Amino acid sequence: MSSINSFREQRKKEKEKEFSSNNLPKRHLIGRIWRYIYTLSTFFGILILAVLLLDIVNDSFGYIAISEKVPVATLSADGTPLEMMPKSQLISILKEHLSKNRIKTLEKAKPLDELTEEELIAIIIEDVVQLQIEKVWGLYDSIFRKDEINAFMAQELPEATLTFTHWLDRAFITSPQSSSALYAGVRTAIMGSLYVIFITVAVAFPIGIGAAIYLQEYATDNWINQVIETNINNLAGVPSIIYGMLGLAIFVRVMAPLTSGALFGYPSADPNNGRTILSAGLTMSLLILPVIIINAQEAIKAVPNSLREAAFGVGATKWQTVWNHVIPNAMSGILTGTILSISRAFGETAPLIIVGATTYITFDPDGVFSKFTSLPVQIYQWAARPQDEFRSIAAAAIIVLMVLLLALNTTAILLRNRFSRRYQ
Amino acid sequence: MTISLKMPTHNEQVETTSQTSTNGKFAIEAKNLSIYYGDFKAVKDISVSIEPKRITSMIGPSGCGKSTVLRAFNRMNDLIPISRAEGEVLFHGQNIYDTYVDPVQVRRRIGMVFQKPNPFPKSIYENIAWGARVNGFKGSKSNLDQLVEESLKGAALWDEVNDKLHQSGLSLSGGQQQRLCIARTIAIKPDIILMDEPCSALDPIATLRIEELMTELSREYTIIIVTHNMQQAARVSDFTAFFTIDENRSGYLIEFGSTTQIFTNPTQKITEDYITGRFG
Repeated sequence: MSSINSFREQRKKEKEKEFSSNNLPKRHLIGRIWRYIYTLSTFFGILILAVLLLDIVNDSFGYIAISEKVPVATLSADGTPLEMMPKSQLISILKEHLSKNRIKTLEKAKPLDELTEEELIAIIIEDVVQLQIEKVWGLYDSIFRKDEINAFMAQELPEATLTFTHWLDRAFITSPQSSSALYAGVRTAIMGSLYVIFITVAVAFPIGIGAAIYLQEYATDNWINQVIETNINNLAGVPSIIYGMLGLAIFVRVMAPLTSGALFGYPSADPNNGRTILSAGLTMSLLILPVIIINAQEAIKAVPNSLREAAFGVGATKWQTVWNHVIPNAMSGILTGTILSISRAFGETAPLIIVGATTYITFDPDGVFSKFTSLPVQIYQWAARPQDEFRSIAAAAIIVLMVLLLALNTTAILLRNRFSRRYQ
Repeated sequence: MTISLKMPTHNEQVETTSQTSTNGKFAIEAKNLSIYYGDFKAVKDISVSIEPKRITSMIGPSGCGKSTVLRAFNRMNDLIPISRAEGEVLFHGQNIYDTYVDPVQVRRRIGMVFQKPNPFPKSIYENIAWGARVNGFKGSKSNLDQLVEESLKGAALWDEVNDKLHQSGLSLSGGQQQRLCIARTIAIKPDIILMDEPCSALDPIATLRIEELMTELSREYTIIIVTHNMQQAARVSDFTAFFTIDENRSGYLIEFGSTTQIFTNPTQKITEDYITGRFG
């Protein structure tokens, strides 16, 4: 018995030796080091994103110092607040402080007597009182350096009042553009962006899928198709500003009668100026078309051949196979590609500036032939201004842009999940 | 007597199917058939005549081109762009490789069951109904229901799935999926069913059920099966074709005859070596 046991002991030792001889700890160590490196790079990425987000939020909220060119208190002799004044008194204040020409312009738009009291007060605040932003503080300073701000106010701006502002509020989203940061909003820009994206997707999605189906299912492997495919891959990497140039040359200039809406009898159309939503949407669709095609091709390639064989095996034609099996099964992949493209197009600025997104526009687009601005263009224009307050509303607009992007992507992902659940 | 492969309608097809037995001697014939993939000659000079309403098995070592020949019988090789066929495959006296023959029509008359069960990612019902619909099924909903039931019964699957016809076909087990594929094939009422190693992905019990089903189906259909399993060929088939590879890696037919003869008294030495397990 003991001899068997000692034999077993010996075997065990031999085995241990065998397993320990191949520098296993060192190999595990290398694995661990790489794992830490990967973890670290992930956290680094998250950190950068967090800093970016904090910076934007920091700019979007905080104290501002506002001074009044003509203090409200001086407007009435007895100190009645504007809200309590009768209409006649409001009108007389306007007439007293404004030039004759300005009054005439106002009267031309709508006679002063017919305006409501709220509208009159708004005009007084804007034209007579003329609020001016003296200084802007970020959220961090507003919370942690309140004392310094107060001291600064007392010393440098004794006239001005200090208010805490949310640049990102309901009024910001629902107001049109304005020359004053206090009243400016992003409604026009949001509408412009949504219109452009709608046209972009409506044009690029069907064409992109069509091209992908042709290239993947029908095209034979000859040199023409190889050249086409190589070119599509190259086009996906062309800088967006080049597409802007292309759009300017073709859609804005050559196709101006069409894109300006003159051919369709659009009322304010200038047949020589195609700087409209339609031109911008078409340019954007050119921009994202290669990406959509490439992604759709990959998705179609991923549909197993056994499925095509099964369909052909029961006597289906090529088209029946493609329409009933290939497209539905590739749809979730196609949608993923489209989501990425839409996100790209939504944030794209350069081609829109070239194609002619107007930076200062106060009316909503009323159709595809309208002049327009878009969110990223608006952000670019505000951020480029020297005044601090415009940087703040640019930051607020960035938050709006990101929320919209998130909403778009969520919708598309839900749509995609629905498709992939149905066909798997 | 020849039956046109052109201008089909669903109703016509049902009629013509019943005439198969009276039509000619063979269900399908290959004459000097060679198949190329690009410049590579995959199979050379195959001549074989398949008896109607019998099971014919094709055996041989890997790469000998038995699947290629099988897929040539319903022009499934057309899906591979570089492939091309020389010679003739006569179906009802008509060469299916003639230029005016529509391969879609060929596949509708000569159905196929594949190696890996490949039901459509749709419901069990739709798996069967789809084939009928794409072939222009014009009947009412109840006719379609009846067709689905008949096909599932024909594939010995009805009892297992009749209460879950609207579940995904992919929710079934491997053997059930393969029988669903067979049901899908017989739903379009083909003349011939080609089976490309239909049991290679199944366990022995599921395999047995498919084999029983094949015997059952051979009363009405001509079945051609490619198999790697010699016992299976011996068990189920009436005729056996033995293929092998030459020195250029082209497959060719060594010998064709009744299964009993091939397995008990082969005329070629190489056949005997293969089936007794001396090589391959």
